Amino acid sequence: MSFFKNLKDKFTSSNEAEEVSDKYKSGLEKTRQSFSTKLNDLIARYRKVDEDFFEELEEILISADVGVNTVMDLVEELEMEVKRRNIKETNELKEVISEKLVTIYTEGDTSTSALNIKANDLSVILFVGVNGVGKTTTIGKLAYQLKQEGKKVLLVAGDTFRAGAIEQLDVWGERTGCDVIKQSAGSDPAAVIYDGIQAAKSRGADVLLCDTAGRLQNKVNLMNELSKVKRVIEREIPDAPHEVLLVLDATTGQNALSQAKEFSQATNVSGIVLTKLDGTAKGGIVLAIRKELNIPVKLVGLGEQMTDLEVFDPNAFVYGLFSEMM
Amino acid sequence: MAFEGLADRLQSTIKKMTGKGKVSEQDVKVMAREVRLALLEADVNFKVVKDFVARIKERAVGSEVMESLTPGQQVIKIVKEELTALMGGEQSKIAVAERPPTVIMMVGLQGAGKTTTTGKLANLLRKKHNRKPLLVAADIYRPAAINQLQTVGKQLDIPVFEKGTEVSPVEIAKEAVEYAKEEHYDYVIIDTAGRLHVDDELMDELNQIKESVAPDEIFLVVDAMTGQDAVNVAENFDKQLNLSGVVLTKLDGDTRGGAALSIKAVTNKPIKFIGVGEKLDELEPFHPERMASRILGMGDVLTLIEKAQDNFDQKKAKELEEKVRSASFDFDDFLEQMEQVKSMGPLDELLGMIPGANKMKGLKNVQVDEKQLVHVEAIVKSMTKAERKDPSLMNSSRKKRIAKGSGRPISEVNRLLKQFNEMKKMMKQFSGMQGGKKGKRKKGFNFPLM
Repeated sequence: MSFFKNLKDKFTSSNEAEEVSDKYKSGLEKTRQSFSTKLNDLIARYRKVDEDFFEELEEILISADVGVNTVMDLVEELEMEVKRRNIKETNELKEVISEKLVTIYTEGDTSTSALNIKANDLSVILFVGVNGVGKTTTIGKLAYQLKQEGKKVLLVAGDTFRAGAIEQLDVWGERTGCDVIKQSAGSDPAAVIYDGIQAAKSRGADVLLCDTAGRLQNKVNLMNELSKVKRVIEREIPDAPHEVLLVLDATTGQNALSQAKEFSQATNVSGIVLTKLDGTAKGGIVLAIRKELNIPVKLVGLGEQMTDLEVFDPNAFVYGLFSEMM
Repeated sequence: MAFEGLADRLQSTIKKMTGKGKVSEQDVKVMAREVRLALLEADVNFKVVKDFVARIKERAVGSEVMESLTPGQQVIKIVKEELTALMGGEQSKIAVAERPPTVIMMVGLQGAGKTTTTGKLANLLRKKHNRKPLLVAADIYRPAAINQLQTVGKQLDIPVFEKGTEVSPVEIAKEAVEYAKEEHYDYVIIDTAGRLHVDDELMDELNQIKESVAPDEIFLVVDAMTGQDAVNVAENFDKQLNLSGVVLTKLDGDTRGGAALSIKAVTNKPIKFIGVGEKLDELEPFHPERMASRILGMGDVLTLIEKAQDNFDQKKAKELEEKVRSASFDFDDFLEQMEQVKSMGPLDELLGMIPGANKMKGLKNVQVDEKQLVHVEAIVKSMTKAERKDPSLMNSSRKKRIAKGSGRPISEVNRLLKQFNEMKKMMKQFSGMQGGKKGKRKKGFNFPLM
């Protein structure tokens, strides 16, 4: 059975799956359209597999921010494949291309993208990332989702630096009906998070969502501050934080790799939240991050509404990218 | 640094070619590919790169490269020249309305840094141009956005005009301009909500604001880390609003910022300012040449020199230079130098400006922590005068005393002494380089300056 048929079957077998993939499809409409149209267009224009064809393929992938190194590796592999299978016509290559892309996502991956949230005990989730990627908004959305699932959720305003950050989280607390633990602006974030953990313990919360201030990954002091926050969490609850989520703006280019590297080093990132995927940005850098650092994407932000947060499903993501080609 | 700079890339390419007396057309092709990769890695849009590389190739095939003894340097020179030309001249001027107030509209995607930039711009107008600005909170959508601008306003002591979240942004903007006229403000800076360039409804709202207040400037605020999509964003905003300029934010990160080039190439609108830090005075005029260096990964020597000139005592600097040359640099000089460097700004920022610094042994993994500076200072100040003059006096009982005096562990004292010695070695490299001829440059520290 071909790869596409596999995927297609998977998504037409149940209504629920259809619903999920519809949401992805609408969220990724722009990505999908431009990417697969370009690919189809390319294949139509170049009947023969040659150097120009590969150069243009390179450009299509790069235009999706896939990451220069990843693209170069991929194209090299394809060139080998072409030689091995003696492929001459470009339409024979279509499936190979998509197959390779999916492999990068799924290679050696047995874990699900579900969040590590314990059934009967407190789970702590720490959110990290550079400025303006949507950490606080993501926390609001996730709080709403967890609340819908019947969990008792507590928020901690660990961004004590940016003007209006505490108030922003407060608004989300009100919207979602979750309590917010906070101190005044300018206080020590580790101390605020400590308070949050104590409050979560004494109030019997199921999930504690910790906001932190946005910081650029090359600021050593600020990254140290973040490591300290993590250490405080570890000290209070030995197996916490249960997730450290790096929030990544889908419009970010190659720098996302450096972000993933540095934040992992400081806080041992366990997953990525890819935000703002409802624009024209492709978020292709996720491929490179997966390939080079093996960090999975766990959640996807697809809009500004409280409900616009989806669990990342690599198959659905890929389906969204390629559905027009099937 | 996450990526190799173009200079390093070309150097390694050329190394492969050495032995040849001349550069062939094929070699130029290889070099062009390196240029292309470097630009793509810097997030320059691939279409822009394509046109650009075609132009470079044309020039490079010409005699200026083929007959040059240093073809790599020549290519870099051409690339940098073309890049600088493409990015336009310096244009950090802000329009002035015939009749005040001058109205500035800030637009952009979510999280680009509009509110912070709004505050910085107001601060700049007041500080450098002695103007009286009014901030307008027209982001009624994002939770606590108004609050954020108010906090920024309070920090700067600049008034903020707001009407809460129930009044439409168009109405807020209109009333704000009226208010500014009555109260004789020179500038009105309108902070709008972040929005996607494909969100027709919200883009239409921006158009309505534009029609009702007729702004003199419309600035698109763009995150310097933006990837290939920067082109789509800028194109759309420009098509709908006819932008007057661009502000690039978060350039204090380690991004190359190729988005700057993409945006300029696609919209042909000038980049006017860059945001280089979280503090409210960290907004600088845009220098095309420096941006070109940065995109190519060549460091920013000009800014470094400028900062040094701003803050360094010329006479002391000269003395220091002498000492560096003669290798008679001691801990007293070290202390003095530290004081001077501290006055220049964050150290990691300065290090990033030194071309090739990331390649240098000893500097490669230096993590700059300002707090450590305080410790270092304490250690040096715990030394006796004799010890500062002659570090070779150091023995274990002296070290113990210094550790006690400074309240730092003895391992730290040892580390500092070791680093000091390494630094002296490095200085020899520097001074050797300054006077050296081309062939004598030390390996691993090749000044990619033309």
